[in-house]
Amino acid sequence: MLNIIWLFLLVGSVAMALVTGHVKEVVVSVSESAGSAFKLALGFTGIMALWLGIMKIADDSGLIKRFTSLIAPVMRFLFPRIPEGHPALASMAMNMVANMFGLNNAATPLGIRAMGDLETLNPKKGTATDEMCMFLAINTSSLQLVPAGAIALLTAGGSSDPTAIVFPALLATICSTVVGVAAARLLSRLRRFRRDLEEVPEDARTS
Amino acid sequence: MQGLPEYSAIASNVVFLGFLVGIPLYGFLKGVKVYEAFVEGAKEGFEVAVRIIPYLVAILVVVGMFRASGAIDLIERGLPGFFSYLGLSPDIMSLILIRPLSGAASLGMLGEIITRNGADSYQARLASVIIGSTETTLYVIAVYFGAVAVTKSRYALHAGLLADAAGAIASIIICLLIFR
Repeated sequence: MLNIIWLFLLVGSVAMALVTGHVKEVVVSVSESAGSAFKLALGFTGIMALWLGIMKIADDSGLIKRFTSLIAPVMRFLFPRIPEGHPALASMAMNMVANMFGLNNAATPLGIRAMGDLETLNPKKGTATDEMCMFLAINTSSLQLVPAGAIALLTAGGSSDPTAIVFPALLATICSTVVGVAAARLLSRLRRFRRDLEEVPEDARTS
Repeated sequence: MQGLPEYSAIASNVVFLGFLVGIPLYGFLKGVKVYEAFVEGAKEGFEVAVRIIPYLVAILVVVGMFRASGAIDLIERGLPGFFSYLGLSPDIMSLILIRPLSGAASLGMLGEIITRNGADSYQARLASVIIGSTETTLYVIAVYFGAVAVTKSRYALHAGLLADAAGAIASIIICLLIFR
């Protein structure tokens, strides 16, 4: 899927640029975005180090274990196959809490740490596990309880009631998260995705 | 309701500082050498940042090309009329399409919608609710999978895009019911 979308955006952009005459803009955008991707990653280093440091303290002090048992019922429903007390449960839960409060600076490092914890349970490196897909489905479904960015823009635009959107946005967010969780659950049962988890048998391998 | 933005900002800051101060404090009380533990954990920060660079380059370059190609304008012009009856003006449709690709671009489009239609308009509210209930799926997948060097993402993107679609559809229905 990622292969197809990536190639589609690549080829589609060039085809569109030829139609709309924006060839020069597209060419310029390539080196610009490549540079900004690098800057984004490096700019991320400081906050990443900060939260990884804080999480190490949480780990050493046993806080992660306590937090895990606290939210165990919800996590057991979402991730039934992760062994009880595994650190991935706590780091995922902390990422979700940070996401709910719109703390992007904390949520991403915590989420990356959670992916690292999930990777310790991955028998087939380089291939996503069901738990990773579920975690990402939840993450990409938007968990933010209050859309602070949109409220800020509405306020800046002179809205008389910028917070009128809070309740509708919360309802819509619940819908998207429920669909994300349900989709991940259902898709995980499809044979074409199950097949990715199987080891390739020796005799079926083509060289 | 007027005080809500302040309250939510305060709540966010409390959670942020609660994590940042509370965790080391708890660690100290449990006898952890907090400074040493912090430095030990923070060491990995640079390594992680470097590890996600190729994934970010792959995604951000094609998204940048797509935005620069003018494809969005073309999609806007090709929309059938009944979409606007549902409040789905071309700029709202482009917002829904660009949202999974780029957070900065979609916030910029929201700003444009607010400026063009007024901050109390139906369009502005619908666009805000859509932004509030969807996520920059492609970016999140690139960064999170990049961090653990997973290239076979299986159905993560399908589920994420379905969630975005559900968020957008729910936004349209809910806004029709509440704001019209």
